[in-house]
Amino acid sequence: MTKDFKRPDGRKINELRKITAKVGVVPNADGSAMFAFGDTVAIAAVYGPKKMHPQHSQNPEKGTLRCSYNMLSFSVTERIRPGPSRRSMEISKVTEWALEPVVMIDDFKANVVDVHINILQANASTRCAGINAAAMALAHAGIPMKSLVTSVSIGKLDKQLVTDLIKEEEDWEEGEGPTDIPITLTGDGKISHIQLDGKIGRKQLEEAVELAREAGKQIHAAQEKALKEVGEKK
Amino acid sequence: MTDRKIVIPGEVIAKGDDYLPGEGTEKRNGEIFSIKFGLAEETNKLVKVIPLSGVYQPRRGNVVIGKVENVTFNGWVVDLKTADSAFLSIMEIPRYVDKEDLGSVMDIGDMLVAKIYSINKRGIDLTFKLKGLGKLEGGMIIHINPNKVPRVIGKEGSMVSLIKDETGCQITVGQNGFIWIKGNKIEDELFAKKAILYIAEHSLIHGLTDEMKNWFDKEKGK
Amino acid sequence: MIETSNLTAERIKEYLKQGKRFDGRKLDEFRNLIIETGISKKAEGSARVKLGNTEVIVGVKMDVGAPYPDSQDKGNLMVTAEFLPLSSPRFEPGPPSFDSIELARVIDRGIRESKFIELEKLCIKEGEKVWTVFIDIYSINEDGNLLDAAGIGAIAALKSAKIPKYDEEKEKTIFGEWTDKHVPLSKEVPISLTVHKIGNSLIVDPTREEEDISETRITIASSDGTIYSMQKGNSKELSVEEFKEILNIIEKTERKISTAIEKSLK
Repeated sequence: MTKDFKRPDGRKINELRKITAKVGVVPNADGSAMFAFGDTVAIAAVYGPKKMHPQHSQNPEKGTLRCSYNMLSFSVTERIRPGPSRRSMEISKVTEWALEPVVMIDDFKANVVDVHINILQANASTRCAGINAAAMALAHAGIPMKSLVTSVSIGKLDKQLVTDLIKEEEDWEEGEGPTDIPITLTGDGKISHIQLDGKIGRKQLEEAVELAREAGKQIHAAQEKALKEVGEKK
Repeated sequence: MTDRKIVIPGEVIAKGDDYLPGEGTEKRNGEIFSIKFGLAEETNKLVKVIPLSGVYQPRRGNVVIGKVENVTFNGWVVDLKTADSAFLSIMEIPRYVDKEDLGSVMDIGDMLVAKIYSINKRGIDLTFKLKGLGKLEGGMIIHINPNKVPRVIGKEGSMVSLIKDETGCQITVGQNGFIWIKGNKIEDELFAKKAILYIAEHSLIHGLTDEMKNWFDKEKGK
Repeated sequence: MIETSNLTAERIKEYLKQGKRFDGRKLDEFRNLIIETGISKKAEGSARVKLGNTEVIVGVKMDVGAPYPDSQDKGNLMVTAEFLPLSSPRFEPGPPSFDSIELARVIDRGIRESKFIELEKLCIKEGEKVWTVFIDIYSINEDGNLLDAAGIGAIAALKSAKIPKYDEEKEKTIFGEWTDKHVPLSKEVPISLTVHKIGNSLIVDPTREEEDISETRITIASSDGTIYSMQKGNSKELSVEEFKEILNIIEKTERKISTAIEKSLK
């Protein structure tokens, strides 16, 4: 079945879309990066560590990571009303959780590191592209980190696992329909974020994590290359 | 590991128990990992990473440039663009100050150069008790990435001396990335600014001082 | 990015008195202007505008809805602007700032009053179905003069926009599919440009530092000497002589900018 399976854009089942990664896209920021899976494009900018305002939200024990994820109104074909939504609020929090295990900001007491993520263009997997961009931007901002993280959405279309879903696949109509599993892994291969919508057996879910690990290597290579390119230039 | 190279967080810089983890690194299971994006360096088995970016982290003894944010009954609150605010007490002014009229010495918005003499829970404490410290009069302020400050200063101040000689400007470099430039003409100040921004852009070049000597020759020939 | 210090502010003013600017530009000279259109595959039209280090992106989206009660036979126009916290440490998350609301309104009025979009041609069924044209503006990096960058971006995005397909039976827009038809636009292209006053000097396209010390500004949307909308911002007054000089500067600059927009569409 694997052999016969045809993805709408002709990719192999474990093939990522073309990755584009660039560091330093927002000169004003302390760190910034762009990450794209094909035509899903995310940019992230980091400001801080800086004093947390308002004061009552400060944590005197350690630093705070604060992520905000937003889609531009014209990032999808049907215009989104500008401003935060329930969906964007949830993704912002999930992004924080995905990054917190690698970000070493305990010493920045009462301070905040702000990560602003904007989706310029969306063709599924936007939260994963955003997390990948955020990891690069945090490193670029000089924030101490155990490692980068890599994020990818693994899908199950009918019964077939595939890597890096596009919109057409998210809306899969045949057989068992679509299952979407965005997964984020730390540098030492641990899971810092996983979500799932759909229907899947346990064995196949374990396979999905393996696919994410495999894809993570390519994502990491692209992130590393982009960071080192800016580094060399300086 | 021999040469200096750019590393990213999570990258293994050195293996084996011979090496010691220095700043910007961490030892895990006998391997030394970078925890910063920067330049990895090894001297006498001590491995460290010099960050290429990041906000200024205040240290005791640093000379910094800031702006008066508020005047209180016993001193001035100073904004250094750090997470914690800084304070200059009248006790740290090496001359008589009229306690009733601190604003006449320095008012909100005034720029100053001071030294950090302590960092504690309340924040950063500043002093004027050293030659060359005080309120800044005239000239202009520019800002660069604080990580580039060591290159602008150069070995034992060689780079900043070169810029001073070539432009005829007075220059004070704050470790927090603010630089004060004052010359006879605005053109001279802008020339010094251009040189400093060039250094910040090309901070990884080997032999940067020679490069800058050529740069000045070229610019002056224009 | 840091507020401009009082020392630097004084120096900028002194230098302007000599007719000079820190970056070597003439008073009526723009920074390097880069316009790219078609930057989004999802929008009906889109543009990225860079003015030096300032960058904005603008997207045009369209959808079918009911007309406004006072214009039953015309399409609708809606302009919004978001100053993204991503683009500057000065922008905070939360409700739109006054500056972003003003910017969107100024751009809206230039386009509306000049009748640049032929809204009467965007009526599908009088009193029931008309097209709404949404122009959404986002700052990506703020280094002065978002106003003009946004205005240029709005025009470029509109000029590149194609109308989406429309399912007449279901009376619904078919998102993601486009006709060959451009948005109907008139030949009068309203370019919205701003002149700032600092001391006795009048300048265009201020950097962040210059805009910080700007005492007043006038934004004018005009085409070939005809003026369609105007906004004076900030409290400092202008003499009539200065006002006339501003009109001169706008007329000269407007030609240069419209040529640049035309070029970007080729």
